[in-house]
Amino acid sequence: MNFEWSFFWGYLLRPSAVYLNGLWLTLSISVIAQGLGTLMGLFIALARMSRFRVLQVPARIYIWAFRGTPLLVQIVFIYTGLAAADIYRFEDINFGFATLPANMQAGILALTLNEAAYMAEIIRAGIASVNKGQTEASKSLGMTYPLFMRRIILPQAARVVVPPLGNEFNGMLKNTTLLSVIGVPELLLATQMVTSVTFRVFELYLVVACYYLTLTTLWGFVQQRLEARFGEPNAVTSRKRAPAGLRRLLGFGQPGELK
Amino acid sequence: MSDEHSASPAIVTARGVEKRFGELQVLKGIDLTVRKGEVVVIVGASGSGKTTFIRCINHLETIEKGRIEVNGHLIGYRERNGRLVEDSERNIARQRCEIGMVFQLFNLFPHLTALENVIEAPIHVRKIPREEAIRTGRALLARVGLAEKTNAYPSQLSGGQQQRVAIARALAMRPALMLFDEPTSALDPEMIGEVLDVMKELAREGMTMIVVSHEMGFAREVANRVIMMHDGRIVEDAPPERFFTAPAHERTAAFLSRVINKHP
Repeated sequence: MNFEWSFFWGYLLRPSAVYLNGLWLTLSISVIAQGLGTLMGLFIALARMSRFRVLQVPARIYIWAFRGTPLLVQIVFIYTGLAAADIYRFEDINFGFATLPANMQAGILALTLNEAAYMAEIIRAGIASVNKGQTEASKSLGMTYPLFMRRIILPQAARVVVPPLGNEFNGMLKNTTLLSVIGVPELLLATQMVTSVTFRVFELYLVVACYYLTLTTLWGFVQQRLEARFGEPNAVTSRKRAPAGLRRLLGFGQPGELK
Repeated sequence: MSDEHSASPAIVTARGVEKRFGELQVLKGIDLTVRKGEVVVIVGASGSGKTTFIRCINHLETIEKGRIEVNGHLIGYRERNGRLVEDSERNIARQRCEIGMVFQLFNLFPHLTALENVIEAPIHVRKIPREEAIRTGRALLARVGLAEKTNAYPSQLSGGQQQRVAIARALAMRPALMLFDEPTSALDPEMIGEVLDVMKELAREGMTMIVVSHEMGFAREVANRVIMMHDGRIVEDAPPERFFTAPAHERTAAFLSRVINKHP
């Protein structure tokens, strides 16, 4: 077997600048795309649940198209495809203090659009899980749709949305590797660049796997905290009652179950 | 119509109200006038349309024919070229501010404390300053006997307590009319009294109330008029003494004997 421990430990514990830059890109792209995708997903979910067909139908088509095609295809299509057809060519944007390269813009856009379709379905399920009586009570108090959505329905939907949202972000951290095909030097492409010089594929891919594992594990802790915070409307009584998952299943806030 | 209120202005005027759910016609022409300060209790078998009717009064249900006015405002619709078209969401919301509603399953907001439930709409709909809303909210919770529960979440309250918070929440909007949709039906027997007491107190203070309920004792004691609905129509509309002792309609007599045999 040809395996050099020193190589493995060296790259794991003292990563080079290329690696650190890749790690930073992976993290920042994930956060941005997840944030934008969640926001966009919210509006698509609202459109999808609208009683107006002009909103409902485009939302359905959007979700169908973006969930039904591979993310890798979408990435290449948006960056290379649109340029090849002379429809849109991404250009580097210079902010003075930093430059946002063309391929990174396209990559973030593709991840955002894709994520929005998945988040739309997750948020829709969250909103649908809130008891219809909540809307009726809000309306009877003179609240309009934007107000009761923001103040009453969405805070309760968050309970159902947060756990799958955490899983989505876990997936997002790993999906950023697909951006390597359009030349974004995130963690995987950074690794490939180093292996092409050193030929230490086994060691270095093991290192990059450890990096992803660390990221997703750390995120797991954050997710637990988020779920603890959004999962319980009040922490005091919850311990006496059925486990959160069970109550979530039964629907929360209705009198019968809460005795 | 009870004599003591016959000179008072009408708060609710319903004329020829018809409503259908698909093939099923649930309201077949309802005419009803409720005057300021009156307490009207609506009884009837399930499926008679009583709950649907009061849900039409604040436009939680649309109607196909007829019109409903509250405080002189046409509810849910606007007249255009002699026809009624559904009003804008904003206008409907404004009309609903005048109409408090208490639901069978309370429908408190589970992520907000009792006090937060009560002040939510006054602050965000009526635009009342927060301090003032809190002061009024505390007073209202004290009035329904829950001064110590202001910071409790709905899940920490009993059914009766939840329903009293719901009443306080509706009152916080200073409505001209209160609708009660079977307010005690989901409660354990020992909690029914505390909710009815709050409602009786409210009636004594002169609140105009329409109550869908099976509580015959409450109807007998508090109502100015008791209304019997059957198959989407009002078949009896009488003061309680006449309603319970000499009902004009055979349906009422049959209903009363059934209910009274069940709850002696």
